[in-house]
Amino acid sequence: MNKLKEKIVLAKKKWEELENNREPIIFVGAASCGRAAGALELINEIGTFIKDHNIKARIIQVGCIGPCYLEPLVDIKLPGEPRVSYNNVNTKTLQVILKSHLIEGKPHVKLSIGHFGKDRYKDIPHFFELPMLKPQVRIVLRNCGLIDPEDIDHYLAVDGYQGFMNALTMKPDDVIATVRQAGLRGRGGAGFPTFRKWTVCRNAPGEQKYLICNADEGDPGAFMNRSLIESDTHAVLEGMLIAGYAIGASKGIIYIRAEYPLAIERLKNALQQMRENGLLGNNILGSNFNFDIKIKEGAGAFVCGEETALIGSIEGKRGMPRSRPPFPAIAGLFGCPTIINNVETLGTLPNILRNGAEWYTRYGKEGNRGTKTFSLVGKIRRPGLIEVQLGTPLKEIIFDIGGGVQKNFKAIQTGGPSGGCLSEEFLELPVDYESLASAGSIMGSGGLIVMDEDTCIVDVAKYFLDFTQKESCGKCVPCRVGTRHMVEILERITHGEGVPEDLLALRTLGETIKKGALCGLGQTAPNPVLTTLRYFRNEYIEHIKDRRCRATVCKDLIEFRVIKEKCTGCQSCVRVCPTGAITGPRSEPHNLDPTKCIKCRSCYEVCRYEAIAGDAIVIRSAEKKS
Amino acid sequence: MPENIDSILSQYSRTLDELIPILQDVQSEFGYIGSELVKKISRYLRISENQIYGVASFYAQFRFTAPGRNSIRVCLGTACHVRGGATLLEMLERGLEITCGETTPDGRFDLERVACLGCCALSPVVQINKNIYSRMTVTKLTELLKVYE
Repeated sequence: MNKLKEKIVLAKKKWEELENNREPIIFVGAASCGRAAGALELINEIGTFIKDHNIKARIIQVGCIGPCYLEPLVDIKLPGEPRVSYNNVNTKTLQVILKSHLIEGKPHVKLSIGHFGKDRYKDIPHFFELPMLKPQVRIVLRNCGLIDPEDIDHYLAVDGYQGFMNALTMKPDDVIATVRQAGLRGRGGAGFPTFRKWTVCRNAPGEQKYLICNADEGDPGAFMNRSLIESDTHAVLEGMLIAGYAIGASKGIIYIRAEYPLAIERLKNALQQMRENGLLGNNILGSNFNFDIKIKEGAGAFVCGEETALIGSIEGKRGMPRSRPPFPAIAGLFGCPTIINNVETLGTLPNILRNGAEWYTRYGKEGNRGTKTFSLVGKIRRPGLIEVQLGTPLKEIIFDIGGGVQKNFKAIQTGGPSGGCLSEEFLELPVDYESLASAGSIMGSGGLIVMDEDTCIVDVAKYFLDFTQKESCGKCVPCRVGTRHMVEILERITHGEGVPEDLLALRTLGETIKKGALCGLGQTAPNPVLTTLRYFRNEYIEHIKDRRCRATVCKDLIEFRVIKEKCTGCQSCVRVCPTGAITGPRSEPHNLDPTKCIKCRSCYEVCRYEAIAGDAIVIRSAEKKS
Repeated sequence: MPENIDSILSQYSRTLDELIPILQDVQSEFGYIGSELVKKISRYLRISENQIYGVASFYAQFRFTAPGRNSIRVCLGTACHVRGGATLLEMLERGLEITCGETTPDGRFDLERVACLGCCALSPVVQINKNIYSRMTVTKLTELLKVYE
């Protein structure tokens, strides 16, 4: 314990030096999302710049601070000045920023987005006062984007591992009691009270117990767990220590998707640092708690997010769920009592143990305590990773934080492929476990996908069901055969071959699958269809009766046309058309042969975005018959 | 028969729970899991080849045919779907004249779909080898392919 305490003193000193830096520091957000936006190229450019200009400066790679629409983000902190953040930096603006801020010592007000200082710059707002961030409460994400996730000293300096050290001074039962008092519910989707699962496992007989961190974030459209692991790796690992101590486990396993290579790399690095500092192994920090953590990479199967399938996968089998009971808390991995907690649940624990249960209950509402992270994506103006108190209305998330929808709002899908699609009338709905369930959706792991009038509801329902059908493990009939049938019906409808009886068939099938399927995947798979049937019935009917797709998405129900008056005859579309469907001499209106057109949208894209073109290509669907 | 298969196997104990890590290691070393390699693994772990194929074919990650020099992965996660990921995939299938899961005859590209790369805010996303390209359009992607030989 004393060795770590000395290390913490040094870490805090190192952190202070960073705050009172003598040389300029440049922070670059370089989690997977930042990298996809070009952060690594920027780091190279910055390196060349400071070398060419003979400037002594440090470059620190940090994680993701949340607002992905601002990526890549580059922050500059001059000695004695607050850190200033620049958004959507590219290689051109980078040169301007570096010249102004690093060489001339003046922040480039126009290109900046916010600062992190206490005393403000007059013309630049505080970063956390920005409209996207102001309504948020950052507990799980408190360090994301601010510390270097690859440096344990940074984490220690911001009171990292303090929660675990507090836990070590308590009896395991008291740790469980604290989590109970805090009212923490599992953040993986179902919202089962964390303490209850723990109590069962703690009291289960057996020498060997396991703690598994479920980082198999399979929901398409969700990336909260990836971001948290990449940006604040040690917080998740500290949570594992606390959970392991509480339930009496000596072995921890992180089951993580192989699609997240950077997260895996950072976990490996962090585990090594824990080992060096006596935070893993036997007699951790002089106590009699022994714990070690191993990483297991998933191999690409959505169903492995389900507890029993995940266990099967770790055991080296096909990842198929089995019926419960016995629950994993009694007989799980290799038949031993096993607790599986989600990344976010674990990432919350250090905060509860550090600040106390009473502090945590100040957030959220009765029965739904604390905060939840969401990945807010789709047709939204400000997509990104957000954290809000449970009970925040959907409206606040979409419009205040997300900045509204690009065109007219149509629907929001909560809970990924297992969730439901909610219409405009639910905008006042508070986001908590029970309210979402009452609307026919679920909280799920926290994907929020916003759709506007350009999104076809039937197509989206088909997409989700096609996904779950492909990921169905095939063990139980309702899921294997039922989802298949539903996809076939939906396909018919989107091809314009639907019949009115299809709607009833979809509902009957959906409800049967919900009742009959073995695991959570099957039981929730029909949700997208059942909710859209309830809230967007008209769109289904339009597809069936009028052969019309109002969002102009379903290929068999739309056609492409050139508006002669608008066409400038620039030939851009002729060049990109893969089938030679568009013809016409230069400077004259072009001709589009519908029999050759494969509706690939290539011409539509060029015509909209190329300056010489006149936005003359339109996509049309049949008119509504009334 | 590649010799380093033995050195891969020797890092693992002979228990069933090592099967998936072994398959992952073998695939990253050889690019795919060939039938000769399955035989070797089967002997090492003392389980049947059938069992290995059973497990390996369950997971999307494993492939049994040689990959191309460049691997294209089109993300079809929800956010990418809503923003036109499927159109990108169709365009690639047409342009490369292969379907998802296949390799071009000249071995230049292989094409696969993935459920989600976790960069949803930058959708639609396409991954080529280790590089992730965000906010893709049909036109941008066509240009991009020329870079990869």
